[in-house]
Amino acid sequence: MWSQCRPAIVVFVILSAITGLAYPLLVTGIAAVAFPWQANGSVLKNRSGKAIGSRLIGQYFSDPKYFWPRPSATSPVPYTSYNGPLGDCGSASNLGPTNPALFAAVKRRVARLRTADPAEKGSVPVDLVTSSASGLDPDISPAAAFYQVDRVAKARGLPVAEVKKLVKQFCRGRDFGILGAPRVNVLELNVALDRLSSAQRAAGHGPR
Amino acid sequence: MTPNAWIQMGLFLLVLVALVKPLGAFMARVYEGQPCGLDKPLGWLERLTYRFAGIKPDQPMNWKTYAIAVLLFNLLGGLVVYALQRLQGFLPLNPAHLGAVSPDLAWNTAISFISNTNWQSYSGETTMSYLTQMLGLTVQNFVSAATGMAVLVALIRGIRGKQTDNIGNFWVDLVRGTLYILLPLSFVLALILVSQGVVQTLSPYKKVQLIQPVSYVQSTTNAAGKTVHQTVWVKHQVLPLGPAASQIAIKQLGTNGGGFFGQNSAHPFENPNPLSNFLEVLAILLIPAALCYTFGRMVGDTRQGWAIFAAMMIIFVPLMIGCVWAEHSGNPKMAALGVNQSSSALMSGGNMEGKETRFGVTDSAIWATATTAASNGSVNSMHDSYTPLGGLVPMWLMELGEVIFGGVGSGLYGMLMFVIVAVFVAGLMVGRTPEYLGKKIEAFEMKMATICVLVPPALVLVTAALACVTVMGTSAIENPGAHGFSEILYWASSVGNNNGSAFAGLGTNTLFYNIAGGIVMWISRYFLIIPTLALAGALARKKPVPVSSGTLPTHDALFTGWLVATVVLIGALTFLPALALGPIVEYLHLWH
Repeated sequence: MWSQCRPAIVVFVILSAITGLAYPLLVTGIAAVAFPWQANGSVLKNRSGKAIGSRLIGQYFSDPKYFWPRPSATSPVPYTSYNGPLGDCGSASNLGPTNPALFAAVKRRVARLRTADPAEKGSVPVDLVTSSASGLDPDISPAAAFYQVDRVAKARGLPVAEVKKLVKQFCRGRDFGILGAPRVNVLELNVALDRLSSAQRAAGHGPR
Repeated sequence: MTPNAWIQMGLFLLVLVALVKPLGAFMARVYEGQPCGLDKPLGWLERLTYRFAGIKPDQPMNWKTYAIAVLLFNLLGGLVVYALQRLQGFLPLNPAHLGAVSPDLAWNTAISFISNTNWQSYSGETTMSYLTQMLGLTVQNFVSAATGMAVLVALIRGIRGKQTDNIGNFWVDLVRGTLYILLPLSFVLALILVSQGVVQTLSPYKKVQLIQPVSYVQSTTNAAGKTVHQTVWVKHQVLPLGPAASQIAIKQLGTNGGGFFGQNSAHPFENPNPLSNFLEVLAILLIPAALCYTFGRMVGDTRQGWAIFAAMMIIFVPLMIGCVWAEHSGNPKMAALGVNQSSSALMSGGNMEGKETRFGVTDSAIWATATTAASNGSVNSMHDSYTPLGGLVPMWLMELGEVIFGGVGSGLYGMLMFVIVAVFVAGLMVGRTPEYLGKKIEAFEMKMATICVLVPPALVLVTAALACVTVMGTSAIENPGAHGFSEILYWASSVGNNNGSAFAGLGTNTLFYNIAGGIVMWISRYFLIIPTLALAGALARKKPVPVSSGTLPTHDALFTGWLVATVVLIGALTFLPALALGPIVEYLHLWH
């Protein structure tokens, strides 16, 4: 047994150095040169160069003039991606399919959408009233975006057709037509929406 | 189910099957010590390791020496992972200033990662420093996988050995498997993943300003004992970063499954888009599937490997279709609430609770099936929120003993135990001494195989029962009714079969769950490795018997069917009563 101690220790040290230091550092180095933007969190900047979020991490919007993202079960507020070393920011709801709390939450969310836009009578796309796995889902389905167009247009005093056009512009189909599901990036859409509003204001078509 | 769901499943299986032979043949060359192409650029590292460690690569080991080497190496790994977690506060590469991990959690995590389970009772971004993630967890992602593969290769050498004690040299199998198989594949996958948006940096977490600030009401108790409500405004979001891609690549390829971030492969920084998702889910099954071919090549009859691969596929494919179907069907109670779950060109539809928009239900359910067929356990959706039957599929796949692909190495050596049981039962039926690949299967071999087949189910049922009858166990339950029992059963199935996925509502970062889980993961890994190596030793010493007219062919459709029946029967008989109390009764509640 003792004869195996030296190989155990030496092999462990060498393999640790290779797989635990050399390998991640080499990947980090190559990533920093080849894909610096992606490797550092795909951070979006506004025109003045200020970081306004990550393209991949959702943000919470509750104002009727913005497109709302999917419900998020993170705490203390939705879409908390990190809340300090002691803050367990949580995540998914983990509600089971028969849990009354799930149905109560869905009911509440449907009611909130209906209150914000009483004219919209159609059934609500499921992703808009169910919480995501990460609590940070950056996307909603195109159906969920179109569902909100009337409310957003009204709140901003923009023509519905303009807003719809913008949503269409940000709709992404499945990757290569096959993989994944169709989606719209909410943060990008809302940033573009703010730009559209200020462009309209500048052109004198501001809110009446 | 939509046509797209069928196309996605078909594409996944097609690419997987196409890669089995090339990768399987390559791995056979690596373990046979033949030139494999990569020994040119990396051979110096291999030779350097042997020189410093005093290893003579062609020195044979008998099964006991091999087992001692495995256990020593794993023990050392466990101690280092434990120490890194406890001491990380004093060590470098800790930009988030994370403190020492509690002893019970550190124990659980150490065993979890050395045993290739990668159960996580913590969130990486709030618990583990960059150094712990790299030097502790990433290392074990590699070497626990390489250990599993080494044990498999030792068993193969036992099967084909001719009256010898030699089942190979663990150090050589470990080093070659890590350097020539896991490292190059991970390196390539990690870089592709970074290009898609998986983070890879040593920079500290990044703070960004929110477009719309959010407020919440914080309730605190003041000095007078009164509750005070205070509105707090959140204006920033902190993006957790780190060297994630390098860990995620090996986490998937080595059937480890421990996420860099708490939300695992559902976290957009781990799995940013459908393409990264496709590559990651493919990586889960890649090596376990290809090892079937490696096995066939190494025993000198590739048909033997394909027969086992076919048996795995026959169980895997219907379960995958079932899971995708169940999740597409959605939750029947939603329609009455005014919710639209139907799939269309504009939305995934289906049961979207706990799933990500970019994956939809199809990619989520494919992943759930693959990650539990293999003992990976990473998740891109929350299994706790699956429909009752959708959640039954991953649970039962683990309960089959992690032999439908299973862990790298461990899945196939587990399946070979079922093969021996199948051969034995068939032999009893026709009244002949059972044999497999020219080796007589006798009392000792059957004892070892039976231990390997029965230890995990016994562990699962006993620990699930224990958790169900103690307050320590039941107080962690989050969902009421039958689903609460499912949460416990899923936990026990996961740790008892070294999978590591969870019905995550169960709050398992408690003393009871951390310690019990640690013990169970330890038993189910090493109490299977030892009998497996003992079996390898016993088979190696046997004299091969020539094929005769009475030999049961083990490469044809009949035997494949027989093997499927054996696995399914044992899995069903053992777990149907427990499943009836959990997902099945929940299904009846929901739909009737």
